[in-house]
Amino acid sequence: MKPIISFKDFSFQYNAQKRPTLHNINLDIYEGEKILICGASGSGKSTIGNCINGLIPFSMNGNIEGECIVDGINTKNSSIFELSTRVGTVLQDPDGQFVGLTVGEDIAFALENDCVKQDEMYNKTLEAARKVFIDSHMKHAPYDLSGGQKQRVSMAGVLVDDVKILLFDEPLANLDPATGKSAIELIDKIQKETNTTVIIIEHRIEDVLWEKVDRIVLIDEGRIIADSKPEELLCSNLLKQYGIREPLYISSLKYAGIDINKVENIDNIKTLKLNKEDINKINTWFLKQDKLVKHNDNDVILEVKNVDFAYENSLKVLKDISFKIKKGEMLSIVGKNGAGKSTMSKVICGFEKALNGQIIFNGKDITNDSIRSISAHIGYVMQNPNQMISQALIFDEVAMGIKNIGLSDEEIEKRVYDTLKICGLYEFRNWPISALSFGQKKRVTIASILVMGPEIIILDEPTAGQDFYHYTEIMEFLKELNNLGKTIILITHDMHLMLEYTNRSLVFEDGKLLADKSGSAVLCDEELIKKASLKETSLFNIATMANILDPVEFVDCFIAYDIKEKDNGKQSS
Amino acid sequence: MANKVLNYIPKDSFIHRLSGTTKLIIFLSFSFLCGLSFDTRVLLFLLFLSVLGFILSKIKLKEIRFMSTFLVIFIVMNAILLFLFNPEYGPNLYGSRTVLFHIAGKYYLTLEQLFYQFNVSLKYVIGFPIAILFISTTNPSEFASSLSQIGVPYRISYSVSLALRYIPDIQQDYHEIAQCQEARGVALGKDVKFFERIKNSVKILLPLVLTSLNRIDEISNSMQLRSFGKNKKRTWYMQKKMTIADYSVICFCIVLFIVGLIITNQGDSNIYNPFVR
Repeated sequence: MKPIISFKDFSFQYNAQKRPTLHNINLDIYEGEKILICGASGSGKSTIGNCINGLIPFSMNGNIEGECIVDGINTKNSSIFELSTRVGTVLQDPDGQFVGLTVGEDIAFALENDCVKQDEMYNKTLEAARKVFIDSHMKHAPYDLSGGQKQRVSMAGVLVDDVKILLFDEPLANLDPATGKSAIELIDKIQKETNTTVIIIEHRIEDVLWEKVDRIVLIDEGRIIADSKPEELLCSNLLKQYGIREPLYISSLKYAGIDINKVENIDNIKTLKLNKEDINKINTWFLKQDKLVKHNDNDVILEVKNVDFAYENSLKVLKDISFKIKKGEMLSIVGKNGAGKSTMSKVICGFEKALNGQIIFNGKDITNDSIRSISAHIGYVMQNPNQMISQALIFDEVAMGIKNIGLSDEEIEKRVYDTLKICGLYEFRNWPISALSFGQKKRVTIASILVMGPEIIILDEPTAGQDFYHYTEIMEFLKELNNLGKTIILITHDMHLMLEYTNRSLVFEDGKLLADKSGSAVLCDEELIKKASLKETSLFNIATMANILDPVEFVDCFIAYDIKEKDNGKQSS
Repeated sequence: MANKVLNYIPKDSFIHRLSGTTKLIIFLSFSFLCGLSFDTRVLLFLLFLSVLGFILSKIKLKEIRFMSTFLVIFIVMNAILLFLFNPEYGPNLYGSRTVLFHIAGKYYLTLEQLFYQFNVSLKYVIGFPIAILFISTTNPSEFASSLSQIGVPYRISYSVSLALRYIPDIQQDYHEIAQCQEARGVALGKDVKFFERIKNSVKILLPLVLTSLNRIDEISNSMQLRSFGKNKKRTWYMQKKMTIADYSVICFCIVLFIVGLIITNQGDSNIYNPFVR
């Protein structure tokens, strides 16, 4: 069989970079295959995608060596337009690629550019919309759609073209867990119906493997490390080694001492089969673990009492919310987009004022305090560091929040330096911010809040779009801050973050607080998961398969064991 | 969105149903005629038509409150300045001088000046509602398609519609950035000194520009990947088919434009002069 995509001794170097991003890639992808390309941030996995759809070299300039053949065409001698009739690309950010003012218009965009007549265009657009179940929303504007719906519009927008290859660049990055799961199911369905070749670029492999893939290609530093069947790759230790999170169920089986080479359907949790011996091993492992119960007897630092909130003249976004947070807690807020998570934190910080109810900090009512005075106690870190950074130098950026509050220059300098030391940025203090990586910028923004001495820090999606390595780096740093006594509140879609780092979760749905309990308890509650658009953890499936009566405890034991393993790994390396 | 300054207000009305091209022709013929003519009779007739159009469009005054307030302030300011700078322009123009009363110094209120300023204000009163009417009854994408139909290259006309598409996103970004910067002492409130406020707004604009640049990059990639710019022409999903109503309105506009010009240029000058017989 002839491959539909073929890289031959392919290397690529961006004009702005000193070294090549891709080295000597040899990769064949066959018609009708479903391939997962994974790798850490900056590994070059997205660059491979851009070489296939023609953004390289036609929009992003650089030097190509070797060749990349897509459906019989050498991309070097083609054009982005010729390639786009063969390769349909769905980009990461559903907002950025929604160019039309309505669903129908956005789906029709490629047809408009191809000068298709209006009547034919209406038919084709509707047909594509049906394939992704968005046909009842043809006249909706992007603001009326959820993230998942926007992504389906993007899919329809490439399906109108009858492309042979579908390329998904990090399709899960901006979706809540349940929506991510249905996106993966939809991709699978479309591939089966249209018999296209599907390439998914993603580092969250457990989520992608919810539906079977034919092959996984692992990339690191621009080279192919592995190109193998999913089961082979999962049985090796390559994923962990190259900064990608291993599926949790695989880790749990490994910890229990099971030889996963022999487990049937190891690459798919839905069809995975454990034999009696395996089940015994899991139970033995579970019995051996210490069941520790942690108590936090500290005072309440923040209390939210019966808070209601609505934006001007519209429906309530928060309905009668009440909860308490104790000093030194690390807590997560979860739920789907638009459930009220971000709004809740904005009300706490005083950015928005509650309609009814009270916010009490250390026994004092701060409901009507100004943004500025609340910021001395409660800090808010936005998701995208670029939205916060307004100075050229790190020192100035961090110092900004404590200028004009009557400190002497020496005091300011001391406080900034102390903060930079905590954040591991002291050596960079005179660097321009533009020279920093994404993770470092994130730290700068955390430092710029930390310097004001808040006792509570709220972070919106601190690890969004980060691979396992950077995720761990950011989260371990936050854990250190937590150990220093800061109370930390995390808004997140990442179920593993919630399990691993937070002792308690507040689950929001449609402006209401649905649950207030431990992450493991949340993820073992099927009804709650469904209501709040979360996704069950595969550890729960393993616990059920192994007939464990208390899956919550099993999940807790796994997390505790996993952290110990990680710490051991750190010490030995 | 909190502040809708100027945007499309979807409704089902005669004006909304007209195609974008027709509305563009109405807009252009009205503005040209209104700009060229100083004939009060023509202007009054145009005013009648533009008020009629407004009523037909079912757009309520409160929906365009911001722009109408702006318009009133603008006309009043304009009238005052016009008078302050040249109180004798009207008498010179019409070649007669009927003093109503003396205000102070060189300032006399004359009937001619009043009439002249009435005409100038009339032009704005006609022009603005037509512009607002055009924008608030035309879907931005349809607007882009009509621009391209009268010969504007589609790359340019599409960027207009794209700008309208992303304004709410950028407003949202601005709002969020401003809140966060305020927490770090960047205040923009009324109690802040003027220069301080300007300095502070830079601290909000910089991150806003940076995030917007990233967004532009993504949009342009996504557009290229879906063949934008492939051909010299493109078709438009939102374009409305021309109906009999469209053709009749266009014919009416052309007739109106020609007749208006003829009436305006009847005498030796294009100025309607009731003072000299």
